[in-house]
Amino acid sequence: MSLYIVDRRFDSKHKSSINRSRFIKRFKGQIRKAVADAINRRGVRDLDDGDKIGIPSKDITEPQFQHGAGGVWEVVRPGNDRFNSGDQIDRPLNDGGGPGGRGKASNEGESLDDFVFTLTRDEFLDIFFDELALPNLVKQQLARIDHFRRVRAGYTQTGVPTNINLGRTMRGAARRRIAIGGPYASQLKALEAELKRLLEDAPGDVAAIDKVRKEMAILCAKIEAIPFVDTFDLRYNNRVRVPLPTTQAVMFCLLDVSASMDEDKKYIAKRFFMLLYLFLTRNYERIEVVFIRHHTVALEVDEDDFFTSRESGGTVVSSALLMMRDIIAKRYPSNLWNIYGAQASDGDNWSNDSAQCRELMDSSLLRLTQYFAYIEITDGSPQNLWEEYAKLMPEHSDRFAMQRIATVTDIYPVFRDLFKKRL
Amino acid sequence: MPGPPDQLVQQLPSGSEWTIDAITAYDEAIGRVAASYGLDCYKHQVEIISSEQMMDAYAAIGMPVYYHHWSFGKHFLATENRYKRGQMGLAYEIVINSDPCIAYLMDENTLPMQALVIAHAAYGHNSFFKGNHLFRQWTDASAIIDYLVFAKRHIAQCEERYGMETVERFLDACHALVNVGVDRYKHAARMSLEQESQLQKQREEYLQAQVNDIWRTLPPRPEADVATQEKRFPEEPEENLLYFIEKNAPLLEPWQREVVRIVRKIGQYFYPQRQTQVMNEGWATFWHYTLLNTLYDEGRLNDGFMLEFLQTHTNVVYQPPYNSRYYSGINVYALGFAMWRDIRRICEEPTAEDIEWFPDIANSDWRKTFDFAMQNFKDESFIAQYLSPKLMREFRFFSLLDDDSRDKLQVQAIHDASGYHAVRHQLAEQYDLGSREPNIQVWNVDRRGDRALTLRHFAYQKRPLEEECAKVLDHVAFLWGFNVRLESQNAQGVVTFLDQRNSEKFTREN
Repeated sequence: MSLYIVDRRFDSKHKSSINRSRFIKRFKGQIRKAVADAINRRGVRDLDDGDKIGIPSKDITEPQFQHGAGGVWEVVRPGNDRFNSGDQIDRPLNDGGGPGGRGKASNEGESLDDFVFTLTRDEFLDIFFDELALPNLVKQQLARIDHFRRVRAGYTQTGVPTNINLGRTMRGAARRRIAIGGPYASQLKALEAELKRLLEDAPGDVAAIDKVRKEMAILCAKIEAIPFVDTFDLRYNNRVRVPLPTTQAVMFCLLDVSASMDEDKKYIAKRFFMLLYLFLTRNYERIEVVFIRHHTVALEVDEDDFFTSRESGGTVVSSALLMMRDIIAKRYPSNLWNIYGAQASDGDNWSNDSAQCRELMDSSLLRLTQYFAYIEITDGSPQNLWEEYAKLMPEHSDRFAMQRIATVTDIYPVFRDLFKKRL
Repeated sequence: MPGPPDQLVQQLPSGSEWTIDAITAYDEAIGRVAASYGLDCYKHQVEIISSEQMMDAYAAIGMPVYYHHWSFGKHFLATENRYKRGQMGLAYEIVINSDPCIAYLMDENTLPMQALVIAHAAYGHNSFFKGNHLFRQWTDASAIIDYLVFAKRHIAQCEERYGMETVERFLDACHALVNVGVDRYKHAARMSLEQESQLQKQREEYLQAQVNDIWRTLPPRPEADVATQEKRFPEEPEENLLYFIEKNAPLLEPWQREVVRIVRKIGQYFYPQRQTQVMNEGWATFWHYTLLNTLYDEGRLNDGFMLEFLQTHTNVVYQPPYNSRYYSGINVYALGFAMWRDIRRICEEPTAEDIEWFPDIANSDWRKTFDFAMQNFKDESFIAQYLSPKLMREFRFFSLLDDDSRDKLQVQAIHDASGYHAVRHQLAEQYDLGSREPNIQVWNVDRRGDRALTLRHFAYQKRPLEEECAKVLDHVAFLWGFNVRLESQNAQGVVTFLDQRNSEKFTREN
């Protein structure tokens, strides 16, 4: 019987990818909801990963005719340590769902909680984009990672011969030879001294001299046997690929946290900031994000505080714009940085302030930034800030976008020009 | 312990890294020992795969080709997630009941593991597939791969023609019935349609020739119609729901009937495996243990190999007691392995007790007894026939009655002289698929009325159906195309109505 061995390791992988994508397609509703939850948990900056997603497993069961709990069950179990025929025992509590108490329920290996699985980065982004109703070309552009640069990243113990780092390898080899050979060398030295002493004091004692010489020969052989370079010593230059966008940018997120901005509005605002961030990561090597929240006064905060806090009281939008201008002047000289602004508000503003906002935008901010996007999250009629901003449009339409938003799908039009430019 | 290795005996490759040559050498050695024990196997083929491919194989119930469906994707994702989180190791082996038998080896296993898998799968399971009567009767090892290729192609074509969602919805419904879509007993060979219609035509002509002149002048009799109407269809309850739907559902398109048939055929193919878990896994475990130990006794394996092998083997056959947190039912490897070992012991060194319990196999040739047992039993009958009092004592089996009409559980029998028969009987019944799964049959079709299909659940031991059955009923109604009723008949013969689905006729035509 001759054996037939087939090495299938290099055959097509991802045999299940079709089944996998069908699963995702089939339960898109639930998965989308889970992805939305995941996005809310995440920071603006770490959208770009796959993630573990849980969807309720009751939604995806494949039903079969099965016995329910109840009725008469007699089951044989192993390991009797206390029972005798006829013993009466109380029903154990929490035995996998009441009476019945069968050992079978757990055999299935599926728990009744969420069905948890991992989405790849592409699947995750796909669902995120879907929600925002992005056009396909834009999706492709955002999901793409164009250029890579190989940068050095220390040393590894495995690699291809061309990458051997000789200096490191030889240094390691020398270190090893000393560490292993050191004890022998000192013994050898001691023996040499002994031999010298014998030759001087008792040259006639041939037996003793021979013995010492023999021991020296053994030690020399041991030292010889230590390899000059061992595979263990090899060190290779390590290089990793990093995506290579062009330059650096800073993104300002301006959020109104006055009493009228509720959780739903912040949820929309977060997606708005995320999308801009994602766009910027595709185009710039380094991106800094500055979070400014405001009610009557503006405050620079970190991301956690940005989305979670909620203040009461009125709204003075210009406070945030002024702060943005100051920060630009102080930290981000516009000749070195590409500056992007994203402002989300529900449009309420102290009425005298709106004109001042327009003035600020017109005279300084719009001249400093690459692009400034404003969304007004409201389903009511336009407020005075909207009207004032609208006056900016004729002159600055190339770098200013504004949109009134009721649902997340309205976000994309804000960026339409921005994406168009890069296509 | 064997003596020092004979200088003439060549040791098999050692170390943990495997190579193709080393695997070949092991296979050759194991095959030789297997042949010396008289194991009758299909030819086999070994395939080396990566862990990801192993997960693929999992998702497709081990099959190298399978049609596409989201539920396989779901299994893949679940496996992948648990594997990546370290909650489970992958099985060491998957073996396919085909001719040649295909055994998968995972590339990250060590050499001793690969040898273990070869002995276990390529010789143990393989010989079981070839010998056991259920597999011989129900599965055609030489044709399965071709059939799966056909199934995959047919379903892909249907998807192209009728749309993926339509086909997927239809497969969902078929999958829901796969456990009640198997024949439990062999039917008489069916005649081909041509034969059947020819015979029927002959009968008709003959009868007509007899009847024509006699009845020509008689008035029609309305009562006769009533009588035929009251006759149930099918006349005898039909246990195989998928078969019944395939042959009788009024509105199915030909491609849909073919899909029902595919799901049914593949379900039927796996039915013997579900019926012989203890025997089959025990058999394979017994043989990997025996074959490798024989090689060790011959001096061809070193101690390091044996230690790794024994450690794995011991893990596989561990049976946690009922109150352990690791307990999840009886370990079929443990019970099966212990039973086969015990049978050999009874054949070779029976005690007085064994001679009393097993007069026909005590002191018999163990290989002959093994082959007889392997070929002619399934789990239920195997346990009923061969579980010895000694094993019941070793496993410390006890039988616990849970009757929901009583407050307390009662220990019915334990591993003592008065309990052996009861425990054995009960354990055997536990492996009877007929009592483990609800017995649901096609009871009637209202052929003259609204074509409603009535399913009847024959309740066993007052066990009710699970709530999910309502969802299954949706699927049945979808397949049948008309109303579907589910009723339950208890031990006293009282029938209660459980649930009903009103199918919107023709909605699936949209």
